[in-house]
Amino acid sequence: MEHRLVPEHHLVSEKDEGTILEGLKVHRDQLPRIRRNDPCVQLLERKHGPIEEGRVIKIVRLSETSGVSVAYRLVVGR
Amino acid sequence: MLRGVSKRIKSIKFALLSPDEIRKMSATKVITADTYDDDGFPIDMGLMDSHLGVIEPGLRCKTCGGKVDDCPGHFGHIDLAMPVIHVGYVKEIKKLLQATCRKCGRLLLRDEEIRAYEKEMEALDKIGGTKLDKTIMAKETARDAAKRQICPHCDTEQSKITLDKPTTFREDGHKLTPKEVRERLERIRDDDLPSMGINPNVARPEWMILTALLVPPVTVRPSITLESGDRSEDDLTHKLVDVLRINQRLRENRDAGAPQLIVEDLWELLQYHITTYFDNQTSGIPPARHRSGRPLKTLVQRLKGKEGRFRSNLSGKRVNFSARTVISPDPLLSINEVGVPVEAARELTVPLHVQQYNMDWVQELVKRGPLPEGDGYIPGVNYVIRQDGRRIRVTDKNAETVAETVDIGYIVERQLQEGDIVLFNRQPSLHRMSMMAHEVRIMPFKTFRFNLAVCPPYNADFDGDEMNLHVLQSEEARAEAKILMRVQEHILSPRFGGPVIGAIHDHISGGFLMTHRDSKFDMEQSSRILSFVGDLKLPKAGIVEDGVDYWTGKQLFSLAIPDDLNMVFRASICQNCDTCDKEDCESDAYVKVVDGEIISGTVDEKSIGAFNGKILDKIARDYGSDRARTFIDQATKFAIGAIMVRGFTTGIDDEDIPESEKMKIAEILQKAVDGVSALVQAYKEGDLEQMPGRSLEETLEVEAMKKLGRARDDAGNHAGKHLGLENSAVIMARSGARGSMLNLSQMAGCVGQQAVRGERISRGYWNRTLPHFPKGDLGAEAKGFVKSCYKSGLSPTEYFFHSMGGREGLVDTAVRTSRSGYMQRRLINALEDLKVKEDRSVRNTADTIVQFKFGEDGIDPSRSVQGRAVDVDDILRDVLGPKKFATLPDERVVRRYGELEEGMEMTEEEAEGRSGGD
Repeated sequence: MEHRLVPEHHLVSEKDEGTILEGLKVHRDQLPRIRRNDPCVQLLERKHGPIEEGRVIKIVRLSETSGVSVAYRLVVGR
Repeated sequence: MLRGVSKRIKSIKFALLSPDEIRKMSATKVITADTYDDDGFPIDMGLMDSHLGVIEPGLRCKTCGGKVDDCPGHFGHIDLAMPVIHVGYVKEIKKLLQATCRKCGRLLLRDEEIRAYEKEMEALDKIGGTKLDKTIMAKETARDAAKRQICPHCDTEQSKITLDKPTTFREDGHKLTPKEVRERLERIRDDDLPSMGINPNVARPEWMILTALLVPPVTVRPSITLESGDRSEDDLTHKLVDVLRINQRLRENRDAGAPQLIVEDLWELLQYHITTYFDNQTSGIPPARHRSGRPLKTLVQRLKGKEGRFRSNLSGKRVNFSARTVISPDPLLSINEVGVPVEAARELTVPLHVQQYNMDWVQELVKRGPLPEGDGYIPGVNYVIRQDGRRIRVTDKNAETVAETVDIGYIVERQLQEGDIVLFNRQPSLHRMSMMAHEVRIMPFKTFRFNLAVCPPYNADFDGDEMNLHVLQSEEARAEAKILMRVQEHILSPRFGGPVIGAIHDHISGGFLMTHRDSKFDMEQSSRILSFVGDLKLPKAGIVEDGVDYWTGKQLFSLAIPDDLNMVFRASICQNCDTCDKEDCESDAYVKVVDGEIISGTVDEKSIGAFNGKILDKIARDYGSDRARTFIDQATKFAIGAIMVRGFTTGIDDEDIPESEKMKIAEILQKAVDGVSALVQAYKEGDLEQMPGRSLEETLEVEAMKKLGRARDDAGNHAGKHLGLENSAVIMARSGARGSMLNLSQMAGCVGQQAVRGERISRGYWNRTLPHFPKGDLGAEAKGFVKSCYKSGLSPTEYFFHSMGGREGLVDTAVRTSRSGYMQRRLINALEDLKVKEDRSVRNTADTIVQFKFGEDGIDPSRSVQGRAVDVDDILRDVLGPKKFATLPDERVVRRYGELEEGMEMTEEEAEGRSGGD
């Protein structure tokens, strides 16, 4: 997570999930995925405790052209 | 035009054909290998049985009674004497054999494990797992099961099953016959299958072993009658004949109780024929061949690869309303236009739908017939299509009568006329600018013609290139093409956020000649230049000398520039002096435009060129595509006018340098060669100082390369001193029209070191490159240094080394194009159906998000400024006014821009240096 090429990962609280999905006008299934055993998710688990399948991760990337760009991913198993 | 479309495909199911199903859908059993009898009629129960469809006109299908075009063809079948493995499924069969018990046929997992895997599979279905996810999952299940040595259900010890490619299974070395394999697969229980990704309702594993073979309809494998009257059968038919023959012999031998060995041999032969019937390129077996030695084209070959059904007939097909011919240039056409030969225009048609409003005009058109007489080109009509879809060919004779019958609802196919919108394309179509919409201009002669400024996007030249033209057939298509695909809408490229369409070659030389320093034109010359454009008024003369009016080139060129344009930049000819003299620049390279007037500077590649043209870029960005189009049309015509008024030529004497300079260059080169000899001497005596991280040999190579490289540059500089801006070749190189100073110095000074794989040439004979040199010679000449220049000519050894370097370049380009072509194909296959939705997110066909915002920043690269979202300097200049903010790029607020540009120039130079060898 310290490396400059790894973008920031945040766990989205279950409370906020609804508003985010509504804002994007998408169903949960339509989000890109991230595996539960992804190193970044595992690191987040260390902080937040176990992260269940179906939770949403927020990824903030720095962009040369637009400052920051925000993306969301759905946690899936395996 | 959506006739007969009443259903939508919701899903497609893939399953196995069971032997029962094969027999049920079969129109007839095929038993004889013969095709036709002596009278030329199909033999019953033969491969050409008329139950399987008709291919000869006049005959009727015995199954459905239809005639040639009505009967789709019907399948037949062959009952195999012994079961045979289907090559397409060997992988699955192997997986199943390994994962199941040899005795009881159960999956080698405990019941609860099976259930767990099954559940996971169901879960995968629910969250929308793809086919691939399932296959991976099934593979894992099978792998886990195959690990078990003892069956958890019947405690039988398992033995190892191996596959002898392509179709032989072995258990601990013993051959398993297809019959035994089939028996094992039959034993697998339905309940065990879902966890391995198989739906037992539609696909029982034993169906992967064939007991009946489907025979495709004759329409799939038509026989051709040659003019000699002989019949020639399709490859598939040939293969089926083989299958039938062996099948027959196998049955006879088996029934007659022939020895096991003979039966087995025939069985294997049958397996071979059926394997090659499916895929004639199965590795491990020789391909079945035609009598002539040509490998047969069987089922898989029909579908696979570039010439297969998918890529060649379904993803892409041949089309009507298109034309192809050689291209040639026409600088007087607008960039939006394309010249179409009369011959092509008479064949290409646009459909007109007859309605009340156009009745009279269409009837008038039809009356003209297909070849109207009159002054110039007059479009006629080739076909009239009635409401019932019947086509009537219009001829000179029937034109009058057909015109009378034309009524509302008819479609009239009108020949191409001036101003029609057509698509114009050159392969390879690598980017969207490879296919653009042009307006038609009908012209004499037989080539397509277009403006030279449109060469870069198509990557076209006129050394024999051909291009395609497509006539749009619907009103929607024409509207869309006009708005989205017109050439002027593609001046700014999404590749790098700059212009791809712009001045090239002579346009740039012309611009230079017109505007450099104080070039001026008298009344006649000025009028001539302006007349190329047309409706322009000669402004007030800029200079009056001895009572004669003169117009400066800058003044004339400014006529093409919008009146309120302000900008400052450096031209291509800029020498990059330490301190910039701005308006008083020595070489007139400081371009300053105030209120649409060029105050100082030379118009060259950096102003109007494709890729680099700054004025062009700004006009396209700030004034829109219409203005940019007129600018390109006018500016290029001015440039051509100017170059024609002055005259321009280049030849070998452009590289002439004085004898004294030649001596000097020879001296420099000799010194360098001697220097290398000294290095070699030092190396041999061990006096050479080793560079850190390099071996002694490498040090020598690096030092020698450095020395010789410097010598070539010195020689080039010495030669260049005598080549000034009055020299045509130098004008072209400096203004960016064509060629580089490096090219010139190679012609006039010294070609330089030849390299293969980035090193001096070292291969050839034992310890030397050529027998002209002593063994172990490490000197300059012996390792590919070319002292001569192109003008004086190369010595035989130099010529040889030069060819080596040149060949490497050719091979590299050949390899590069094929590799990048494949990469392009893969990329396009991965990205083809992604789409930017209304909320600016990028989504695939399943509507799942790929990017939350296009490009993660939502910036349209073709509207970006060299990739950046906004041009801060431009905004500042707009706000502060041109006088307060008139700076050059490298003095600007945003330093990064300058750095970036510098970096780019570096790579360009590097690339040039590398290709300098050829």
